Amino acid sequence: MALGARDASGLSTRGLTKSFGGPPVVKDMEFDLRPGEVHAVVGENGAGKSTFLKLIAGVHQPDAGQIAIDGMPVQISNPTVARSLGISLIFQEPTLFPDLSVAENIFMGNHPVRRPLPFIGWQRMRAQAAELLQSIGARIDPAQPVGDLSVAEQQLVEIATALSHRARFVLMDEPTASLTPREVERLFGIIRDLTARGTAVVFVNHRLEEVFAIADRITIMRDGVKVGTWDAREISRDEVVRRMVGRELADAPVRTPAQPGEVALEIEGLTSPGVFRDVSLSVHRGEIVALAGLVGAGRTEVARAVFGIDPFERGTIRLFGRPVRFRSPREALRQGLAYLPEDRQHQGLILPMPVAHNISLTILDQLSRAGWLDRRREREIAQEQVRRLRVKANSVTQAAKSLSGGNQQKVLVGKFLVTRPQVLILDEPTRGVDVGAKAEIHRLIGELAAQGMAVLMISSDLPEVLALADRVVVMRDGRVAGELSRSEMSEEAIMRLAVGADGRAAV
Amino acid sequence: MRRQEAGTAGQALDVAVPRPVEGVLAINRGLARFRDLGLVVAIAAVAAVTAVRSPQFATAANLQRIMLDISLLLLVATGQTMVVLTRNIDLSVGSVLGLSGIVIGFMLKDHPTMAVPFILALGAGLGLLLGAINGALVSWGRVPAVIATLGTLTVYRGLVFIHSGGQQVNPQDVPRQLLQVARPGGLGLPPMVLMALIVAVAGWVVLRYTRTGRAMYAIGSNPDAARMRGLQAGRIIFLTYLISGALAGVAGVLYAARFATVNPASAGTGFELQVIAATVIGGTSIMGGRGGIPGTILGALLLGTIANALAVSGVSGFWQRAVEGAVILAAVAVDAVIRRQAVRGVGRRA
Repeated sequence: MALGARDASGLSTRGLTKSFGGPPVVKDMEFDLRPGEVHAVVGENGAGKSTFLKLIAGVHQPDAGQIAIDGMPVQISNPTVARSLGISLIFQEPTLFPDLSVAENIFMGNHPVRRPLPFIGWQRMRAQAAELLQSIGARIDPAQPVGDLSVAEQQLVEIATALSHRARFVLMDEPTASLTPREVERLFGIIRDLTARGTAVVFVNHRLEEVFAIADRITIMRDGVKVGTWDAREISRDEVVRRMVGRELADAPVRTPAQPGEVALEIEGLTSPGVFRDVSLSVHRGEIVALAGLVGAGRTEVARAVFGIDPFERGTIRLFGRPVRFRSPREALRQGLAYLPEDRQHQGLILPMPVAHNISLTILDQLSRAGWLDRRREREIAQEQVRRLRVKANSVTQAAKSLSGGNQQKVLVGKFLVTRPQVLILDEPTRGVDVGAKAEIHRLIGELAAQGMAVLMISSDLPEVLALADRVVVMRDGRVAGELSRSEMSEEAIMRLAVGADGRAAV
Repeated sequence: MRRQEAGTAGQALDVAVPRPVEGVLAINRGLARFRDLGLVVAIAAVAAVTAVRSPQFATAANLQRIMLDISLLLLVATGQTMVVLTRNIDLSVGSVLGLSGIVIGFMLKDHPTMAVPFILALGAGLGLLLGAINGALVSWGRVPAVIATLGTLTVYRGLVFIHSGGQQVNPQDVPRQLLQVARPGGLGLPPMVLMALIVAVAGWVVLRYTRTGRAMYAIGSNPDAARMRGLQAGRIIFLTYLISGALAGVAGVLYAARFATVNPASAGTGFELQVIAATVIGGTSIMGGRGGIPGTILGALLLGTIANALAVSGVSGFWQRAVEGAVILAAVAVDAVIRRQAVRGVGRRA
């Protein structure tokens, strides 16, 4: 379809491209959204789905490409413009004002006012809000503060907000991620209702059973690129999974699996209600076990519970056969367990501080005598780590934030290696790291295992899992969905467990 | 569908972690309402106890004194309430008051015949300028509000000394027409009390009935969501600082009218604490998004009553400050409790 002729074809993008300083997150995206359809966009974590939606909704600006509505090119410079064009984006986690009433949340920035003075007509606003909520079958009191609502109800408020703007295009980013099956069913009812009125809905989701339950068409994205668009009746679940992961298994540095030694970390029946349930796994000395699954499957939460950051309700954790229950990360570190958080900016490194101070942070008490820090020793230890990990830094006095993402990650590794851990939990060790640094981090993880360390690696990067792991444990919806040995491992097998395409219900 | 139902075992996904909006803080309306009532009870109790113990408390002259003090407080706290609602703070109001009092006071020495509305307008204008500096620092300079206004608090106080050369504005320098503002007039009330009431009501109308006012709540409640909705947070925060500055500027003039003396060291020094106290005690959350003028009025009433009660009971000024501080802490603690109660039962976020 050529852009430029006005028609009622809906929304389309041509060549939409966006990068955040690195490789493009969305590349040459060609996409058509027809009035009245539910168009699912699926793909692995990091495939660029959310960024794509944000480009359409004016949250981000594309580097290249065009968006057109009814064939007419449009510039969507901010979310307000998007709304005026009839585009509403509904986030996975509702972006609402918890202190304000439902009615105000719906009309914020757009309050109905009385003339001649522009004073807000509260009664009219509540009445209109009640009407909108009723039209989607939501039984919510418009006067109630939004902070009192459940997430499902908050989503209904977001949908009502979209309707108040007469949205023609409703973009939903993983709207079902935190809903119960019944709530999902209701949401689907509303979506069907919207599309019956001609509203087009984009539906980003990981759960394939839901995608097939609601979508008319399915667009698959992989690594920021569109793989293709299919009619939902013409493609099978297996086919979707295959297309989602079907990248070339390029130069994956397959490591020679070590002979695993004694059991180092053993988790049994670990449960934290509403977060994860009955999680059991074990890691041997010299072994790398990957913990795979979709974002939100509860992997990080398990790691945090093991490391003593978050509490858990039931279950046992054994470290070299000894039952342990850490009340703080400090205790865990002292007993030889280290956890590298995923979010190194906020949880891992203190970015303005020099590399040396970051590294010594975990062992300050060992480096001090009578409360005074042995600064020379500190520097020596830091330099040793920097050398060993091949951190590209001019000096250990350099601020951590001046390093590249990959080198920051290495510093973070160094910070935990100085505690001489015997069990290492890594959370997305190469996220946001460039290819070169990634290979080095992989090599490093392999070396650590070869030296007898037990490594549990949370990773959403399937090639990484395949390259490094001796075994993979896949989580879905807070439970262990299955475990695959080295010989059973493939991207498809992992994805199938992760999205629940293995025939098992997700409950 | 209520939250309890969503969490029912069996039908719920285990992973159906309720994910609250960033910082979801449901208002516990019961406790919030109880707080308003509590304030009224507290004011009555303080007044009753003091009236029994100190015969000079419940006299016409003293009640008028209380009203004059409270109107200064209320005037400035109205602006502060708006600032705090947007999750910011204006620490410079005491210095703005002092600078306005000194600058306008010295001006009156040379021009004793200026009309009152004009004098007030001058005070407002000066405050507007000082508020604009605060607002620019916070909105566009992206300096955290506490730091920005702590800095201007010091700078403005420095200017007070520079401009006055350490001299104070003396009673003979304050023209009669201005002094009348603090004397009983129509309705038996001093004009400045009426002014404070009018400003407070106007502030209430803005906050409750205008889109701009509602945007102040929205920005404080969830800044990211406010941005997503296309609210111009920078401009609106700037506006709250303008209002806060202008009202503190007017308060500087009224201070001169009330005390007939403006001392560069004492005029408005520490006043910001009382103003913020009145705001927070009144139920405006220091985290923004919640509260409003009616609460601030009660907060100012309570604080003014306590201060006066301590004074007429012969308690030293030092104790007075300690009590004020304790009342602020109590108010913030109540706020924290309300928040915690609201968050309980909502899923933890990893």
